[in-house]
Amino acid sequence: MSVLEIKDLHVSVETDQGTKQILKGVNLTINEGEIHAIMGPNGSGKSTLAYTIAGHPKYHADSGSILLDGEEVLTMTVDQRARAGLFLAMQYPVEIPGVTVTNFLRTAKTAIDGEAPAIRSWIKDVRQSMTNLRMDKSFAERNVNEGFSGGEKKRNEILQLELLKPKFAILDETDSGLDVDALKIVSEGVNRAKANTGLGILLITHYTRILRYIEPDFVHVFVNGRIAEQGGPELADRLEDEGYDRFLVDSNVG
Amino acid sequence: MSAAPTSTTAALPTSEQHGIKAHSDGRFGFVPVQTRNDRFKSVDVADFAPVTGREAVWKLSPVAKFTDLTAGELDGAPYDVASTPTDGVAIDWVGRDDARIGSVGAPEERAAANAWTSFEKALVITITGEEDKEITVTRAQLGTGPRGAHAIIEARPFSRATIILENTGDARITENLEIIVGESAHLTVVSLQEWNTGAVHLANHFASVGRDAYLKHVVVSLGGSIVRVNPSVRLAGPGSDTDLFGLYFADAGQHLEQQVYVHHDAANSRSRVTYKGALQGTGARTVWIGDVLIGRNAPGTDSYEQNRNLVLTEGTRADSIPNLEIETGDIKGAGHASATGRFDDEQLFYLQSRGITEDEARRLVVRGFLSEIVQHIGSKPLEDRLQAAIEAELRSTDEVRAPAPTEEN
Repeated sequence: MSVLEIKDLHVSVETDQGTKQILKGVNLTINEGEIHAIMGPNGSGKSTLAYTIAGHPKYHADSGSILLDGEEVLTMTVDQRARAGLFLAMQYPVEIPGVTVTNFLRTAKTAIDGEAPAIRSWIKDVRQSMTNLRMDKSFAERNVNEGFSGGEKKRNEILQLELLKPKFAILDETDSGLDVDALKIVSEGVNRAKANTGLGILLITHYTRILRYIEPDFVHVFVNGRIAEQGGPELADRLEDEGYDRFLVDSNVG
Repeated sequence: MSAAPTSTTAALPTSEQHGIKAHSDGRFGFVPVQTRNDRFKSVDVADFAPVTGREAVWKLSPVAKFTDLTAGELDGAPYDVASTPTDGVAIDWVGRDDARIGSVGAPEERAAANAWTSFEKALVITITGEEDKEITVTRAQLGTGPRGAHAIIEARPFSRATIILENTGDARITENLEIIVGESAHLTVVSLQEWNTGAVHLANHFASVGRDAYLKHVVVSLGGSIVRVNPSVRLAGPGSDTDLFGLYFADAGQHLEQQVYVHHDAANSRSRVTYKGALQGTGARTVWIGDVLIGRNAPGTDSYEQNRNLVLTEGTRADSIPNLEIETGDIKGAGHASATGRFDDEQLFYLQSRGITEDEARRLVVRGFLSEIVQHIGSKPLEDRLQAAIEAELRSTDEVRAPAPTEEN
């Protein structure tokens, strides 16, 4: 069984005003098949955690470690992490001009698996996943994220999640900017991926809305660069009623 | 809006206005060229002063490296050309007295005039027949001695064809190409520079596009030491239409230049200029100058030009200079854009986060960037060949590029 362990993780980022410490000792263990929701106010460091796990060069891990089945992730390159089984669904996926979705998906799948997928079953898988996500066939020939609406970009992220079959997926504010129909479609995609592969999920969100469709096993409240409180799904209900105010009293996060 | 209001005409500068005509004291006789179309032209090399490198047309070129072509004696004899016989395409050498010579354009600089003065016979490609056809005309044995040459492509009215001018091997050549696109003809001309390392190629293409005719002109420069292909297109007939594409990939020490000029000289004409280039390696240099002139008699003009450069390594230089000159207000649209930049780190991060290695991610991004041009060529075999040529250039990127710093976290 796979496990992703984050131990006493401290992360800083270079800004114009100098080095700024954002994560201040994060501890978190996610087992295969578990869904963990990380909730917190803006600026608490949720996205920093997501990008640090994926290896974005802007974020520097000062101390601590991230272990995937005992292997240190922090020393891996971005693509090595993906091939090891990590996936980040981004809040703002970038456009890649001149590279079609079809070409991109095949290249990524080949990189992850170490060999090209069998053509016939691959095309079938791609079509099926696109149909499930209510993506028109024409998407396949469009350039990656170019001219996509916000909702289309998010569906394209979940399409990749379904096809690349990671061990652990981090969903960074996947719910932001989605109307309720799109939210349902995207949530179904995540649930389907979990049912098919049993992956572990780290669901980062500001709102409790998406938790109606993707039910977490654990909820962590993230405040000022560390986990302030954790519990089961009932904690999300409490946040829905009370907001983050009670966590912010003693912190300097506005 | 079909006729310009009198008041507008009156507000335009007149020759009496101060500063446009020479001062009467005679000391400052020099008057700068007021419009792109008024540049000095001559077919005689003796009419041009020796090239100094300070001239507007030469100031971004390494002129010291080809004085033999601007000032020396040139071999103007016919050379070997190879092509497959194709119905509706005739290839001949004609004498200097052929009526088509000089019917489209004339040199605006010394290298072009030197070629014009020197050539003994002109290569003429004549296209007839309304069915589509494609022909590749190859020059591979020009040798290393300085040459001057002249060629003409004539697409007769209503004819259709794709002409691929393929250039390989060694060369030191300056040349002029006149392209006559007859009424309602549909012509694609692809000039493909895959010269050996060390080759020098200076070319001026002059095109005239007739009523309701279409010219697609594509410049692809990959190989050679100094390659300068300057297309000038005059949209001469009402409803004439042109797409000018360019694709270039400059490696270390390579100079690839293109000075593009589109002259809208008839009503309801349309032009699009799209040039894209990549640069890698120390001393890789590209120059793009895009001039568009919308003449007084070109109402209803629709025009757009753009240049994009992707810088792959340190030590490169890309010049990108769009110029737009508009003499009538009654147009559909005119715009220009230019951008030169390095890799977008967020694009690389996105691709790498899907398991794709950094090298492959770079290749994907560059291939995507350049494929916009390749996809427009319209000849599938040539498109495939160019994609392969770009792949080969990109493989050499991996050798040229400094090793990426190892991640510290």
